[in-house]
Amino acid sequence: MGPLVPNLISENLNYILALFIGIAFGAILEQAGFSSSRRLVGLFYGYDFTVLRVFFTAGIVAMVGVMTLDHFGLLDMNLVYINPTFLWSAIIGGLVMGLGFVIGGYCPGTSFCAAAIGKLDALALIGGALVGVLLFAEGYPLFEGLYKAAYLGSPRMYQTLGISQNLFAFVMVILALTAFAVASVVERKVNRLPAGARAWTPARVALVVGGLVLALSAFSFTDRKAELLSLVQDDKMVRSYPVEVMSVDEFAFRLMDEEDDKIQVIDFRAETEIARERLPKSYAFTVENLFEQEPSRLLRLRGKLNVFVANDELTERRMAVIAQELGFPRVQILDGGLQNFRRQILNFQPVRPPQDMYEQFTYRFRTKARRVIPELIRQNKQAVPVKQEKKRILDGC
Amino acid sequence: MKQSQYMNPYLAGVLLGLLLLATIYVTGRGLGASGAIKSVTVAGVESIAVEHARSAKFYQEYSREHAGAPLKNWLVFEIIGVLIGAFLSGLVAGRLKVVTERGARVTSRTRLVSAFIGGILWGIGSQLGRGCTSGAALSGMAVMATGGILTMLAIFAGAYAFAYFFRRLWI
Repeated sequence: MGPLVPNLISENLNYILALFIGIAFGAILEQAGFSSSRRLVGLFYGYDFTVLRVFFTAGIVAMVGVMTLDHFGLLDMNLVYINPTFLWSAIIGGLVMGLGFVIGGYCPGTSFCAAAIGKLDALALIGGALVGVLLFAEGYPLFEGLYKAAYLGSPRMYQTLGISQNLFAFVMVILALTAFAVASVVERKVNRLPAGARAWTPARVALVVGGLVLALSAFSFTDRKAELLSLVQDDKMVRSYPVEVMSVDEFAFRLMDEEDDKIQVIDFRAETEIARERLPKSYAFTVENLFEQEPSRLLRLRGKLNVFVANDELTERRMAVIAQELGFPRVQILDGGLQNFRRQILNFQPVRPPQDMYEQFTYRFRTKARRVIPELIRQNKQAVPVKQEKKRILDGC
Repeated sequence: MKQSQYMNPYLAGVLLGLLLLATIYVTGRGLGASGAIKSVTVAGVESIAVEHARSAKFYQEYSREHAGAPLKNWLVFEIIGVLIGAFLSGLVAGRLKVVTERGARVTSRTRLVSAFIGGILWGIGSQLGRGCTSGAALSGMAVMATGGILTMLAIFAGAYAFAYFFRRLWI
């Protein structure tokens, strides 16, 4: 599950990767013609829409790509940098940059490209940008109020608008495709070119097909978390979903068996409750953890059997359904939940004398377990809970 | 207008989009540019005016948010890569040439001055917007960040709003 930094790729290797990512970034921008200021600002005078095409194609491809990775559980969005929203700063900063764009002719990224191939005006813009940052830094007391005003956290646009992620992505793809079509018409008008032939060249077919694929993908790769969470609200479905169930006796036996290192108890109770009664071989877990990179790795450990526990069996089943839908292996639930476990094991009271050999053994076992397991819980109290540290990258552009 | 010497814009867009996606998948962050300019500025001030950098709030906040030397920064490495990549691309395409690109109606001097002024605006604007066209607009759009998309809309709105007044520079 991505992102690979910092757990699979170290910080230092990341810097080397940055260099190679930059090389590809610079080469693509240069090949697209972004090393020419006249091409870039053509967007604002209507004679060249290259920027619009490259920029929005890249934007929708990456956006749908991120959704797709998220959908298949390949990318933990909790660890990905989401630009924070400071409302006024974002808007005023954007307007200032827009003004800088039409006066300066480049944006910072493209100015580096242009400077690399010898454009002196790009070099001047970079010099100006260094001075601009310096001015901001020195005048920071003046800017600070605006800079930090109206902080809204790091919401995502569809949340701000209150629509589904899919709808938002779909609208963006359609907007981009429409903009491309309009841009072609405007570009021909401004440059006084004859209207283009409407032939279906392979390139155009590829373009339309690509656009449709993106638009459809935008709709099909749902926000899996939201989807699964609403799915398990359906009690009937949850009850009929096939889940392996472990009996309270087997559970008790495996908790007591010191040799048994296969079982790991995944405890979905509230943290305060767990703090009072921490089961041996258990990990505190939340439904959120199932969708997160670091915590969910625990469930994939080779050869481990994950027994989901909660107070009631229905909650266990809900979590197990989500886990199985997410593809976690070897998930079982505790029969009747911890309520049942307490009744049958921890507070075991024989209701009648044993009727047969089997019951006699069961009684004998439960009587022993009633004594041993509370002792294990007491010893376990000091154990540190698994805390999931979030290492989200905080440094933006 | 000879368009054939450049890559098809949609193809370039798809490649750029995939690169951005790969970057997010691997590093958990998007592409950027203005952050590198900020790092260089901070590094410059820290080495020239040591005392000032220690007392002024902007630099204090910067060093609180960024561990280590300001130049040991992801975006600085990325931008060094951009310079190399663009140079190689220009070399292959035969576009390496020391030149001041300008509109037909302005002198080179005017163009250089206006580029410098534009740069100053970018420097200030990208600090307020917490990123530029790459880090806020493009990367923000990829992860659907409200802040990034607002900044993107504002950049384009600003550019269109002011374009008329500076048309002499370009057309």
